Amino acid sequence: MLSKRVIPCLDVRNGILTKGIKFKGNVDIGDPVETARLYYEQGADEIVFYDITASSEGRGIFLDVVERVASEIFIPFSVGGGINSVQDMRDVLLAGAEKVSVNSGAVKNPDIISEGAAAFGSQCIVLGMDVKRVEKSEKIPSGFEIVINGGRKYMGIDALEWAKTGESLGAGEICLNSIDADGVKTGYDLELTRLVAESVRIPVIASGGAGNPQHMVEAVTEGRATAALIASIVHYGDYSIPQLKEHMASKGVRVRNSW
Amino acid sequence: MLAILDYKAGNQTSVQRALNKLGIPNQITSDKEVLTDATGIIFPGVGAAGQAMDELTSGGLDELLKELVQQKKPLLGICVGCQILLDYSEENDTQALSVIPGECRLFNPSWEDYEGVAIRVPHMGWNRIELKQDCVLFKDIDSEAHFYFVHSYYPAPEEKYIIGETIYGRPFCSLHGREGLWAVQFHPEKSGRPGLKLLSNFYEYCKEVSDA
Repeated sequence: MLSKRVIPCLDVRNGILTKGIKFKGNVDIGDPVETARLYYEQGADEIVFYDITASSEGRGIFLDVVERVASEIFIPFSVGGGINSVQDMRDVLLAGAEKVSVNSGAVKNPDIISEGAAAFGSQCIVLGMDVKRVEKSEKIPSGFEIVINGGRKYMGIDALEWAKTGESLGAGEICLNSIDADGVKTGYDLELTRLVAESVRIPVIASGGAGNPQHMVEAVTEGRATAALIASIVHYGDYSIPQLKEHMASKGVRVRNSW
Repeated sequence: MLAILDYKAGNQTSVQRALNKLGIPNQITSDKEVLTDATGIIFPGVGAAGQAMDELTSGGLDELLKELVQQKKPLLGICVGCQILLDYSEENDTQALSVIPGECRLFNPSWEDYEGVAIRVPHMGWNRIELKQDCVLFKDIDSEAHFYFVHSYYPAPEEKYIIGETIYGRPFCSLHGREGLWAVQFHPEKSGRPGLKLLSNFYEYCKEVSDA
């Protein structure tokens, strides 16, 4: 039976692993390739890389990181950040990523989801969604709005609608990130996670807010997610991946416990 | 040397990286002579069955593959490469290679998983294999080992060709074939240590056959 996935997320800036809180105040914390290898050996089920570099020079460094990761780890990994065209997708897939995550680029140009799915298959295309809680309104009936530019720009799009649109355009998976919960370690936004997970039929990865292993249990039970993304709690050594999985298994969650 | 079949529809480089890590000599190729001379062939694949078959037939590789299988050249099909060894795939209504009798079907999204909720399609993530027959590919692999899957269609070969099953809503065939001709629905090149072990078991088998 299918296991719930534990997915560490690595933010990379100029080739260096970094982590912020609510998408701000990033600090450098290490070498992404080494860290990816450590997580691979500890039993991570998948790894997500986000390139938060702005410059084109940084882009080359990042693709080099992707290539090095691909020859070191033999589990799937996805790459996101700055993906605005099919060519951007091709670059990271050729560098060795399994999947590519589109976020702001897809909000601005939704066709890139269908173009990417046609070119590389739906299984390759992850729709990354950054979401903030807002007042419920006619425009945003769920009370969850899509934001871009690291959470600074509100797009006037309801998160639930966007998830369904992404699915119908051919996204193979959704990575659902709550900006309110990001880096705060007080738990995933379970209401948001469940709402989205129940409105689409593709897998949903819960993201933002993991502070302890019980939060991850909640994400895949109450939240109905098929995977839980983690960052701070492993990057700073609060928990190791085997500890997280052991706890999840003790609560009856199916995890991959042999690797 | 293992030949990794290049037909523009595969994840050849992922397979190559895994073989390189294992120190297994390999070559990505669509050259018929190289394929014929190889110790064994890996037939990878991602994407859609229809496109994969089109690419194969346009280069005449479909006939060559059938011929090599008949000559008992060891072959390992992966994912779409596993599916199109069968007669037919529901994906794009595709007439496939007919190397192994059976067909490939779309997961039924009304099937329920162990939590009593309808399954999501694609089947994406880590799952286990229950062997129905002994298989040298699984030599020294823990029975609890998980493998990485990502697919919406599943192989349904004739019963006697089913080697391993996986449960997603219901049991489906995740490993089929016969000795020397194996087809795996999962991605060994992305399944961590057990996946690498499976690839090295395949290579060991190829070497034994070619030395014999």
